[in-house]
Order: sequence, then structure tokens, then C-alpha cells
Amino acid sequence: MIAFSWLHVEYLLQAALWTVLLSLVAFVCGGSLGFLIALGRVSPSPTLRRLSSAYIQVVQGIPLLVVLFITYFGLAIAGFTLSPLVAAGISFAVYCAAFLGEIWRGCIEAVPKTQWEASACLGFNRFEQLQKVILPQAFKIAIPSTVGFMVQIVKNTSLASVIGFLDLSRAGQIINNSTFQPFTVFGCVALIYFCICYPLSALSKHFERKLHVSNR
Amino acid sequence: MSAIVSIKDLHKSFGPVQVLNGVSLDVQKGQMIAIIGRSGSGKSTLLRCLNGLERVDSGDISVCGHHIHDHDKLNLRQLRQQVGIVFQSYNLFPHVTVERNITLALTTIKKLATAEAKKIARDVLTLVGLEEKKDAYPEQLSGGQQQRVAIARSLAMAPELMLFDEVTSALDPELTSEVLKVMEDLSRQGMTMVLVTHEMAFARKLADILVFMHQGKVWEIGPPDELFTHPKTPELAKFVSSDL
Repeated sequence: MIAFSWLHVEYLLQAALWTVLLSLVAFVCGGSLGFLIALGRVSPSPTLRRLSSAYIQVVQGIPLLVVLFITYFGLAIAGFTLSPLVAAGISFAVYCAAFLGEIWRGCIEAVPKTQWEASACLGFNRFEQLQKVILPQAFKIAIPSTVGFMVQIVKNTSLASVIGFLDLSRAGQIINNSTFQPFTVFGCVALIYFCICYPLSALSKHFERKLHVSNR
Repeated sequence: MSAIVSIKDLHKSFGPVQVLNGVSLDVQKGQMIAIIGRSGSGKSTLLRCLNGLERVDSGDISVCGHHIHDHDKLNLRQLRQQVGIVFQSYNLFPHVTVERNITLALTTIKKLATAEAKKIARDVLTLVGLEEKKDAYPEQLSGGQQQRVAIARSLAMAPELMLFDEVTSALDPELTSEVLKVMEDLSRQGMTMVLVTHEMAFARKLADILVFMHQGKVWEIGPPDELFTHPKTPELAKFVSSDL
């Protein structure tokens, strides 16, 4: 049995970097796709609305774990061998896009109809309405729910360990297997997760306050 | 005088509800037309048809040279630059300053340079007596001030016709009078205006033509004094007397 040491902490921190990296990929790629999905959901075109809505329903109806299995094992059989990082990145992006798309659609629709009307009456076209009037207001509404979802994603990245992605949770498991000090090891893991998530929540509060002030 | 608005036999329904039932009305350049009537008589819908916010079902309607009934060929963007509208609920953009509320359309649609847009903003804000509020956010203003900014925002686009949809209905008497004052000034400067209003005294004093709408039709039309003192129909007589 090996005692839990600073070397282990270093190992955990390294794994935490992968967790952060995967979360970032999930947010940036999933967020970009999710933004398009949200726009599709509020589009005047019925085809776009139906397509984006179908995407959301399909992805929301599949457990993230299964999405991971499909991209990693399923695509491998189809001839695309992906590294665990790429497979996990794709899975999380697909998953985030569906949820963020739906969250953001709600935020866009939460902007009063009269704002669409007022801007239409000044001669704005749809793109200008979204860009100058609707999205800036929706953005503010979206902050708390988006950050809340992101915190969930940071924690959910632990699921990626099933396809061999060495993230923070997986690293904790490995260390515990050799040290048998679960309380210390997983306490340490929990603390690192907290240190990643807490600044996110704090940042959200900061943003909210700042935007609220600019609105007074 | 030339007709800036010409409405012939306008029909509009929302589903099974016939809201406008053959409205005909002409507005000459520089006139102030006041539309009165009970709730549900189609006043606001008529106004909203004039700038394309509502599609008309049938009729022959020309506004500033645009044929509103021909919805497919209608150049809404052009029309809306020529026709300003102010709503009961102000509908300012809450996320930007008063000045930006006004310059947003100028820089976006008219593609003006920022300095030029700001100059226009200053001019129209002066017109409504709020030049010192340009850096405030809408939330920081009273209802009357917000409504005056909304009027200024419309004026900045240099419209040929202004529509006012019950713009003082949400305001207390003091704030109402400051908004009406702005409208009076506008009218004196020759702006063509069509307003839906419950301010009978204002309509009587300043409108060139008073329109009483009832059941989706122009029930009575004429000089305000005549309509108020000698209503021809029992409906108008009742409406006028209930106001006293």
C-alpha cells in the first residue's frame, strides 16, 4: 500500500486539467451549435424550427453515457477510430448543444414580443432585430441558467472515464486503488471540483450584477 | 393638400372575429386625425394596419405611396421609415441608454455615422425637452419621460406620418399633459398625425378631424366640435355623454 502524497495531488491536478479542457470543448463547441439550434427554434421557417426541435428531442432522449458509447465504440466500428478526448469532446458538444439550444430558446422567447414590434416599427429586419435588440436582452436572461448548466457539465465530464478518458474522477479512482484512502483521495477530488465550479458561479453573480447595474 | 393616407373599404378579421368591417378614411398632409371609440371598436387595429404590423384582409389602402393591401410587394422597411408609431407601453429598448435608443435605428438602418446620429438624437431630445436625459436608461425615467423618448425615437427617423396608439393611457394626468404638450408642438410644426386616444379634450381642441369608430366601422366623422355638440347617432351621443 502506498501512502497518499503530494505526487498524487499533482496527478489529480493534471487530470483536472483534462476535465477543464473537456468542459471547455463542450461549452465552446456545444455552445456554438446550441446557439444555432436556438436560432433555428425561433426561426420563421417551419423547416428550421422542425429540424432544430427534432435534434433537441432526440439528443435529450438519449443518456449522455449512450452518446459516449455511440461516438467512441460505434464510430470505431464504422471505421472512424477516435481518441478518447475527441470522442468525448464530440459527445459533450452534441449533448450540450441540445440543452443549451433549448435553454437559450427560452431566453430569446422571454424577451417581450413588444420589443420585436418596436424594433420592426423602426424598420429593423429580422437579423438586425436579433443582433441589436433581442439577443442583448436574452443574453442577460440567459446567464444564470447557462452557468448552472455549465457547472453540471463540469461534473458530468466524469462520465467520459467509461471510454478511457482520464479525467479527475478517474484519476481519483486509480489513486484510491493503490492507496486505499478513499476519504482523503475523494475528499481531495471533491475539493478540486469545487475549485473549478465555484469561480463559475461567482463569475455568474458578477456578470448579473454588472448587467443589472447597467440597466438601472 | 394631398392625401398621405387613403383607406378604402378596409376589412380585417382575427379568425372568426371581424375587427374592421369596411373602413374608409383619408388623411391629408399636415392634418391631425383623432380616432375615438369604445374598446374593441377596432381603433388600434386600424392604426396597426397602417404601418404593416397587421396584414389587411381586403381593401385598397395607400400610405405614403405604399400599397399596404399588396402585402407581397410591400416594402415594409421603406414604409416604416416613413411612418412612425408610438405605443401605449412605450416599448423603449431597456438595455441601452436613451441616446442609444434613438441612434440605434439611425446607425443600423439609415447607416449614419455615429456623430451624425448623435446630433439628430440631441435635436429630437431637445424637441421633447429631455436632452439632459440622454445617458439615462429607460428604467430611470418616469412614464411620461419614457413616452417622450419613444416619440423622439420615432421622430429621429424623420417620418412623414406619425401614429399614436393610446400613448397617454398608462400615464397619470400630470404626465399625460407633458406628453400631450409634445404632440401639440408636433402638430403645430405641420406633422401629419393619426392618433387613437381617450383624451377627449385634447382631441376636441387640436384634431382637424374626429373619427368615431364603432363595430369596426367609421361610425361618424367630421370636425370635433360638431361631433361633440351634435352627434348624429345614438352610439356617439352615448359615448360622448359617458365621458362627461
